[in-house]
Amino acid sequence: MIIATPKQLEQLAAEYKKTADKHKKMVIVCCGTGCLANGAQKIVDAFEECLSRRKVKDFTVEAVKKTGCHGFCEQGPLVVIEPQGTFYTKVKPKDIESIIEKSIENDEVIEKFLFTNPKDGRKIEKYPDVPFFSHQHRIALRNLGKIAPFDIKEYIAVDGYEALAKVLTTMTPDQVIDEITKSELRGRGGGGFSAGKKWRTCRNVPSDVHYVICNGDEGDPGAFMDRSIMEGDPHSVLEGMMICAFAVGAKQGYIYVRDEYPLAVIHLQKAIADCEKHGLLGDKILGTDFSFSIRIARGAGAFVCGESSALMRSVAGEVGEPRAKYIHSVVKGLYDQPTVLNNVETFVNVPVIINHGADWFREIGVPKNSGTKVFSLVGKVRNTGLIEVAMGTTMREIIYDIGGGIIDGRPFKGVQTGGPSGGCLPESKLDLPVDFDSLTEAGSMMGSGGMIVMDDKTCMVDVARYFLQFLVSESCGKCVPCREGLYQLHKLTIKICEGNGTEDDIEKMEKLSQQIVVGSLCGLGKSGPNPLLSTIKYYRDEYLAHIRDKKCPAGVCRNLITYRVIPELCTGCLACITACAYHAITGQKKEPHVINQELCEKCGACVAVCKHDAIEVS
Amino acid sequence: MIMVLQDIQREYRYLPCEALLQTAQALDVKLSKVFSVATFYNAFSLNPKGEKVVRICVGTACHIRGAALIKEQIEHHLGIKAGQTTEDMKFSIEVVACVGACAMAPVVIVNDKYHGGVSVSSATRLVKN
Repeated sequence: MIIATPKQLEQLAAEYKKTADKHKKMVIVCCGTGCLANGAQKIVDAFEECLSRRKVKDFTVEAVKKTGCHGFCEQGPLVVIEPQGTFYTKVKPKDIESIIEKSIENDEVIEKFLFTNPKDGRKIEKYPDVPFFSHQHRIALRNLGKIAPFDIKEYIAVDGYEALAKVLTTMTPDQVIDEITKSELRGRGGGGFSAGKKWRTCRNVPSDVHYVICNGDEGDPGAFMDRSIMEGDPHSVLEGMMICAFAVGAKQGYIYVRDEYPLAVIHLQKAIADCEKHGLLGDKILGTDFSFSIRIARGAGAFVCGESSALMRSVAGEVGEPRAKYIHSVVKGLYDQPTVLNNVETFVNVPVIINHGADWFREIGVPKNSGTKVFSLVGKVRNTGLIEVAMGTTMREIIYDIGGGIIDGRPFKGVQTGGPSGGCLPESKLDLPVDFDSLTEAGSMMGSGGMIVMDDKTCMVDVARYFLQFLVSESCGKCVPCREGLYQLHKLTIKICEGNGTEDDIEKMEKLSQQIVVGSLCGLGKSGPNPLLSTIKYYRDEYLAHIRDKKCPAGVCRNLITYRVIPELCTGCLACITACAYHAITGQKKEPHVINQELCEKCGACVAVCKHDAIEVS
Repeated sequence: MIMVLQDIQREYRYLPCEALLQTAQALDVKLSKVFSVATFYNAFSLNPKGEKVVRICVGTACHIRGAALIKEQIEHHLGIKAGQTTEDMKFSIEVVACVGACAMAPVVIVNDKYHGGVSVSSATRLVKN
C-alpha cells in the first residue's frame, strides 16, 4: 500500500497505535545478536509451542514480540512482561510454561528470573529500576527493545516518519540544515564534526548529483552500537538519511554495512523493501516532489574502509585505499560527486531533533557537546552491554553506577575509549566528563563509542602491542609512515613484552609516533600511535617494570612470568591437568599438582579453570 | 565487483581461480584488478575452507577477556594455526577483529552460530567432531 499523503501517514499511525494497545499483556523477547546467541529464538519457539496447546485468557501468540537489542546482552535471553515491566533474565525454553502460568495468567512474579543487583545482592523486579537502565538517557536507542524491527507498522505506530512528513511539508532544505546546525549535533562516528556544517557544505556544491552515505562499517573492535541500531531500529536510520537527502538535494543513498553483521543487512533490506512498498522510498515520496532511494553496500572486512575516502572507493567496488584529502569528500566524494557521509548513530538522532526541535536537543548534554552518546561498555565490568548517556556524564558514573563496578571487585586500572585510534585513561581520569573535547584533551578520543574497562590483571604494554598488531594488519599499505612506522612500533612493543626492551626504546617509540602522526595520509595512521602514547603517558611505570625489572606486574607477558601451584590451596581436582594442552601439569587425585616449568607454555589455561585460586602467577 | 565476489565466496566458501577469471571477463575489468580486490579484503579467501569455519573474535573486549587463550586451545586441539584448514577439510580457523558481540566476550563463531562466554573447556568442545 502506498502512503500518498502526510495526512494518510498520520491516520495510519493512529490506527497502528490502536492495534498495539489492544493487547492487555505483551511479552517482549530480545532478539539482538547477543540474545540470539544465548538462545532467544528457542524462547520465542517455546512461547509459540506452549500457546498452541494451551489457551490463555486475553493472550495470544501475537502478543509475543521479537525486538532488537536491549543492550544488556550478558544477562540474555531477556524477557520483559508489559505493561508491568517485569524483567526476566537468563530465561530458558523449559521455563516458558511456568512464565505463562504464573506471570501471564496470574500476575505473579517469579523471583528466580529477576536480575540480582551485583552491588547489594537485591533482586530487582521492574525493567526501569535496574541500575543498568535507570541511569541511561535514551535517544538514539529510543526504539530498541520496544518495537519489532521487522515490522514497519510498529515504527509508524511510534510516530515513525513523522519527522520526514514534517520536513517535506513544512520546511525548506535550508531550514532543515539550520535546525540541525542549531542543535549542534556532532558526528557520532568519532570525528565529532558538526553535521549541520557538513550538510551545508555539500548542499552548496553546485552539482546535479549529490549522495548520502550512512557509515555502518563499525570497525572499532569493542564497539557494537551501530550494529544494534541497524538490527533493532532500521527505519530510524532510513528516516534520518531521507531527511538528510532532502536537505542536501540527494536522490541516491547508500548504507555501507560491515560484512561481519549479517543480521543488520537482513533487517535493513527488509526495511528498505517495506519503505518502497509504502511509497516512503522511490519517486514522489508522500506525494511531494522529493524522490530518494537507498541501496546497501556490504563491506568485505577492512577496518580502513571506515575512513571516508576509503569507504567511498569501496562502495564503488574498488580496493578501499584512502586518498589525500586536499579536497574533502563532502565536496568530491562518491564517484567524485558531493557526498554527505554520516555514521548510523548520527542519522538516528536526526528525526528526533526535527520532531522536538534543536533547543530541546541542546538542553541535553553539555555546551558544544549536545545530546547523548551510546557506548558499548565492555571488558572487566560487571554489567556489560550497550548504554546511552547524556554527554558530559563522568566515567565513574558510567562504570560504577551503570556498569556496577569491576568484576570480582578487583581494582580498576584503566578504560580504553575510541578503539585503535583512541587511548587508555587511568583512575585519575575517572571523574572526567565524557564528551568529544574532554576526551581528546586527555589524550584519548570519543571514537564510535567503545568503552573497554580494564582491571589490574590487564597489562597495558600488552594492550598497546595488541592495538599496534591490529593496525599493522589493517593498514592498507598505501603510505609509508603508517605501513612501516606502525610495523616498527609493533616490533618495539613485542621486544618490551618479551623482556628485551631498553629505556631508549620508549623515547624511540615516542619520536617515531610523532612522525607517523604528521606523515600519514588518513586517520588510521594519524591516530594509530594514540593507544601507545596514552599508555606511555599514564602507565610509564609499567613499561619500566618490563624494561628494568623484567617483570610484568599484571602477569600477562609470557616471557616475564612463571606459574606455580600453591600446594596448600590445591585440592587435587585434576581440572588443570585436563585443561593443560601441553601436558605440563602432573599429580594424583586429591594430591597437590605440580607444574613442570620446562613444558609450561604459560598459556594460562590452568588459572582459567582453577576454582580454588591455587595457581600463582609471578 | 565486491558484491559479485561476496556471492561467489558464499557459494564456494573461497574464490576459485576460475571464478576470478570469469568475474574479470563478465565485468570487463582486468584480472589484476579482480585479484587486488580479492586479496585486499579479509572476507575473501583464495584457499578452500573446511566444512566448519571457526572464527575466533580477537576484538579488544574479547582480548581483555582471554581470547588469546581460547585461540591457543582451539589451535592446539585441531593441530592447525589460524588461517589454516585441517587436512580432512573439516575445520578452518580464522581470527576476526570484533564481530560486535562484545558483551558476551570471548566469542567464537562456528559457521554462522555465535557462542558467547567461551571458556577453556567449552572452546575445545566447539571443535569436537
